[in-house]
Amino acid sequence: MAENGGGNGTNGSGGGVPTLTLASGNGTDGTTQKATWRSKVGLAEMLKGGVIMDVINVEQAVIAEEAGAVAVMALERVPADIRKHGGVARMSDPKMIKEIMDTVTIPVMAKARIGHIVEARILEAMGVDFIDESEVLTPADEQFHLSKHDYRVPFVCGCRDLGEALRRIGEGAALIRTKGEAGTGNVVEAVRHMRSLLGGIRRIRSMDEAELMTEAKNLQAPYELVLEVARTGKLPVPNFSAGGVATPADAALMMTLGAETVFVGSGIFKSGDPAERAKRMVDAVTHYNNYEKLVEISADLGEPMVGIDIRMLPENELLATRGW
Amino acid sequence: METLSKKPRVGILALQGDYESHRKAVEAAGGDPVFIKTPEAIEGIDALILPGGESTVIGKLMIRYGMDMAISAAAAGGMPIYGTCAGMILLAKRIESGAMRGGQPTLGLMDIAVARNAFGRQVDSFETEIETLLEAAEGDGVITVRGVFIRAPYITEAGPEVRVLAHYQGKIVLAQQGNLLASAFHPELTGDLRVHRYFLKSIPH
Repeated sequence: MAENGGGNGTNGSGGGVPTLTLASGNGTDGTTQKATWRSKVGLAEMLKGGVIMDVINVEQAVIAEEAGAVAVMALERVPADIRKHGGVARMSDPKMIKEIMDTVTIPVMAKARIGHIVEARILEAMGVDFIDESEVLTPADEQFHLSKHDYRVPFVCGCRDLGEALRRIGEGAALIRTKGEAGTGNVVEAVRHMRSLLGGIRRIRSMDEAELMTEAKNLQAPYELVLEVARTGKLPVPNFSAGGVATPADAALMMTLGAETVFVGSGIFKSGDPAERAKRMVDAVTHYNNYEKLVEISADLGEPMVGIDIRMLPENELLATRGW
Repeated sequence: METLSKKPRVGILALQGDYESHRKAVEAAGGDPVFIKTPEAIEGIDALILPGGESTVIGKLMIRYGMDMAISAAAAGGMPIYGTCAGMILLAKRIESGAMRGGQPTLGLMDIAVARNAFGRQVDSFETEIETLLEAAEGDGVITVRGVFIRAPYITEAGPEVRVLAHYQGKIVLAQQGNLLASAFHPELTGDLRVHRYFLKSIPH
């Protein structure tokens, strides 16, 4: 981390006599620190209560921003197409990501393969706002995830349960999303993972410290993080939902179960009327517990994306089992 | 039922953003926080916070749900309103740079112009010590707060009615105009309650 410790320089000013300090590239002028843990988690905090939309080009990014997306995820193929086309899914072309960054004013996220240090460094060098170390792409390393504290850009990672969430946070993820099963338009795995994560948190809340050490062993999670979660009853970083959300009701369901924001991948641009669906998704997240409003929000919306029954998928086509 | 302690009811606009962090800060600072998602809900509150988040999203939703009129009416009636980051952009009369293409709505309540994402993208987000005149209204002390700036805006122009309370690198990052308070940074992320306390003190009993 670019922690540029203490120092006793002064900057800024009180009473209208500005002290001009040059903005230094590495961000230190005595008390100023860039890329701190708080500024990374802080961006995740700002994204709460919103919808993050997958987009594959500038046109889609504009539609997403116009509809009220809180951020966009720039990628070459949405998960539904990755699933259909097969092959190795990699980081997207930086040119496409850059065009989107230059067009919209909301944060732009992009995906790197699990453990792919150089893809992540390229995205960091471009200045994307968040990197998703994502199971939707083909993993580059089956043993090690990225050491995410080392980067200036915050990371989001997927999880299926509490242990996986805490391992990723231990590595430096500033935001957790439950994985769901991307590109299926089927919310069942998103629900399973959110319930597993939050159920895991509820379970450890009643444990004493001796039990928590054994629980940390069972969860294969850092003991300090297990202690912290047991004490606070929540993850130390925001907790979003992803993977299979196709309708406004799905988005509201994930918020009801405890998600703080919803990622929608294939669900918007694989549907009949993307602009309208995108807008309704945003409304549904804001008013997730107002059922009268959800009636209006859900009505007359046309065709959602075609869904897949996950039980019909062969084991080797599941994305959520990538990563550990 | 009569209650003995009369805590001010502080509405927090909860359409999108870090409203939960503001809820905690308001509670810790001695207010009674309540999330606001509809225009009607504004009736029952003594003050309002416009949180951090994405100003494009909050601005659109405010208009989509008819809350811009309700908030403007409340402001005209003297209700104290505090905007952080995105909330500061929403209070501004004008967005000088960084607005989304095609423009984006603001409430236009405060006589300030702002530049959006003016300190840069996320890789340029930072924390720093900010010297403020928060206490100067009563005493003469300068108090220093920890400022967390996230893809932050700053104020490029302030009208004669606006009192500048803090600068950073020559840019205005904290300002007040009558019942309206705006900061480019996020006190709600630091556990330092002084800005919230200052705001709560401005609520008429």
